Amino acid sequence: MSARYRCGTGERGGQMINDLRCEEVIEKLLDYLDRELDSETEQALANHMETCRACYSRAEFERRLRARINEAGRAAAPDSLRHRVRALVERY
Amino acid sequence: MSRNGGLGFERPGRHGAFTMTSSGGDNWQTCPPREFFEVQAERLMDRLYGTALRLTREQADAEDLVAETFAKAWARLESLEDRQSFEKWIFRILVNTFISAQRREKARPKEVLAEEDAPPGEFSLFEKMHQPFLLWWGNPEQRLLDKLLREDIESALDTLPETFRLVIVMVEFWGFSYAEAADTLGLPVGTVRSRLSRGRSLMQHALWEQACQLGIAAGPEKGAAK
Repeated sequence: MSARYRCGTGERGGQMINDLRCEEVIEKLLDYLDRELDSETEQALANHMETCRACYSRAEFERRLRARINEAGRAAAPDSLRHRVRALVERY
Repeated sequence: MSRNGGLGFERPGRHGAFTMTSSGGDNWQTCPPREFFEVQAERLMDRLYGTALRLTREQADAEDLVAETFAKAWARLESLEDRQSFEKWIFRILVNTFISAQRREKARPKEVLAEEDAPPGEFSLFEKMHQPFLLWWGNPEQRLLDKLLREDIESALDTLPETFRLVIVMVEFWGFSYAEAADTLGLPVGTVRSRLSRGRSLMQHALWEQACQLGIAAGPEKGAAK
């Protein structure tokens, strides 16, 4: 996490909520959104974000950005490609 | 192609209603291979093509990649033990086909592939936008997301080195876990995690630069960054 990011009290690492500092939450946020954390840590982050507006906003931003990125993973396939695949299946 | 945008295959009729959702159904496991393949091909066509476009960055290459992927998948369909896993199975074929093609063309100095060439450090678009003085204007980071066009996102993705683009596509487009991506790419999980982090960081930096050019975000020259 960047040292610039502060939330809560302004104390280094932000405020302590549900046994987690904001800094720890931000460090683990991408793993959290990727569902890569163990269930206990995942729950701890979820609990923190229920009461920390700053971390919740950050998570929401990352979620929305991911949704936008995900849109770029889909594109209308051209007719020529559909013809090729159809011909492939019909041939064999 | 049929008028409804499908592949133009005849719909399975003999076996009753056919579930096309990713959750599948009982008849998904037992229907004839051709019917199964046709339905899945139609269901995944746009996603595979979209993914191929982002990987190859060329329409013709993307089309060839998807066609080759389907050809391999069709030829190997009998080896797929669990049809529920078709989606990730065919995506793995696409990735491996892409990587093989890249290796064949490695002599061609098309792109710098080494991750070491990527600049170190993290970049957060949220932090750039979430500046105290910008907050006077409401919610700048959310406004940024509202204003970014699909082509802005595509351009940002396209600027990434291939190694980073690959893991982002696997995790963000196809929902691979880090372990699944590592297994597919033959890499340690830590390397996948690192590439993902750096790739996302680079992508957010590219988006921020685009936002500055478009006037959505204030660039360093205006004192908003650094």
